[in-house]
Amino acid sequence: MRQEAMRVLAHEKIADAIFELKLKGGMVNEITEPGQFVHIRVGGGAQTVAPLLRRPISICSADPSSEIMTLIYRSGGLGTGLLSQAVVGEKVDVLGPLGHGFPIDAVPAGGKALVIGGGVGVPPLYGLSQALTAQGVQVTHVLGFRSAKDVFYQDAFEKLGRTIVMTEDGTCGQKGRVTDVLNTVDFDVAYSCGPTPMLKALEREITEKPLFVSLEQRMGCGIGACMACVTHTTDPGDSKGYRRVCCDGPVFKAREVELC
Amino acid sequence: MLNVHLPGLDLKNPVMPASGCFAFGKEYGNLYDLNVLGAVIIKAATLESRYGNPTPRVAETPAGMLNAIGLQNPGVDKIISQELPRLAEYDVPVIANIAGSEMSDYVQTAEKMSKQPVVKALELNISCPNVKHGGITFGTVPEIAAELTSKVKAVSEKPVYVKLSPNVTDIVAMAKAVEAAGADGLSMINTLLGMRIDLKSQKPVLSNLTGGLSGPAIKPVAIRMIYEVSQKVSIPIIGMGGIQNADDVIEYFLAGASAVAVGTANFVDPFVCPKIIKELPEKLNGMGISDINELVGRSWKHA
Repeated sequence: MRQEAMRVLAHEKIADAIFELKLKGGMVNEITEPGQFVHIRVGGGAQTVAPLLRRPISICSADPSSEIMTLIYRSGGLGTGLLSQAVVGEKVDVLGPLGHGFPIDAVPAGGKALVIGGGVGVPPLYGLSQALTAQGVQVTHVLGFRSAKDVFYQDAFEKLGRTIVMTEDGTCGQKGRVTDVLNTVDFDVAYSCGPTPMLKALEREITEKPLFVSLEQRMGCGIGACMACVTHTTDPGDSKGYRRVCCDGPVFKAREVELC
Repeated sequence: MLNVHLPGLDLKNPVMPASGCFAFGKEYGNLYDLNVLGAVIIKAATLESRYGNPTPRVAETPAGMLNAIGLQNPGVDKIISQELPRLAEYDVPVIANIAGSEMSDYVQTAEKMSKQPVVKALELNISCPNVKHGGITFGTVPEIAAELTSKVKAVSEKPVYVKLSPNVTDIVAMAKAVEAAGADGLSMINTLLGMRIDLKSQKPVLSNLTGGLSGPAIKPVAIRMIYEVSQKVSIPIIGMGGIQNADDVIEYFLAGASAVAVGTANFVDPFVCPKIIKELPEKLNGMGISDINELVGRSWKHA
């Protein structure tokens, strides 16, 4: 983990309020797993106090050979709104890589993985799918969005494997939710990131095979010290009784912790 | 230049991370050598373990943040057995923050903690706004604060610093009450009680409804209170509230603090404490100051 002023190489809007940001810096060499995240201080160079706290953003993909990582985020509030104005060449204050990502070795060699994403939870699954396919795993993607205007990276995922896009209004791909098509896919291990109601539904549906979920939670420090992002373990006999999403996660085994 | 001597504490510099913002040092110890710090104030210990409040526990506010963690900690015995040995490997005094919901909890926790060699002082937390019972009550009624202070003093083998709540009408009365009860020093200030309401849900953001406001937003409040209190008591004050850089540290000293703690800024920049410690000598040189202790209370001594 390091704090680094990373240079903006590219920054563009790729869907409604969704931005793709490419950053260059030595930190990229420290990324060990897909599903890790970075903590960005927006406007940090000016010691601004609004916004004060860092913003956790998942790593979409990383290329150590060029020291470039790609982040995809949704611009909504004050912090991400300011971040979306960062221009090429600008330096961004990044802390990372943080957290534990998806275990790619959970899939046996030559096995099949199911990758399920919802909305702005989709980005880290791209790096995951890259890593899985590089290992010879056959990956099927089920990606849910609200509407056609929200869809991104469909082509990129299709290059890696079968990709089923679901939209709530049917304006792109199939109409419905990601859970509607799970029984059409054969897989050994499932991985997911997306809104909590979706993760809860997946935990109910996928009980026979391993499932890993990536959680989102309001964070303070991002490194495990402030206890802002804790969630209860489901096992009442657990010695600690809680996990910190930022450093014990954000990826957990299904049903290991309460989804909140 | 930066050495500071306070009851129980020989500090190589006056900068320490504030309680609750640094856990027990493990995470930050992975980032830098904790030996650079003046001291470490560890997260509040209670007699029994506490999970704390449901999430959301934090909400950002203009130039600050609200938190309602709820004193999550593994309990004093586990802190002593699992956390203090790691801190004992450093050459840094530990100040142990003590919290409770009954006087007897405080007393038992303080007694256990004060016996630990690595613990050089206690910080009596009578001001946590995020626990349903105790905490804040002890921090808002001078007579109760004084009674608790004297009971803890009676069992503690180490000096006791009382951490005052800003959520009172007369901070000087609180400070004088705990000083008269035997407090060796004061920590000022804890967080200000606040709330944020979400426009979509139209409900408070924090599950605890209210939380403690910290960060740069509260610095002027802390400066004012330290300015007032330091003129009326003769015990030293560890100042805290929104410190982000060496200039802020100097402002606290001018107000009347004899040391400072850095809280929320650790979340913004995990390396902020070492950065401030490195920055301070240059700032003091620029002011023609050879000993930081010369600055204590200058704002009112010159008045």
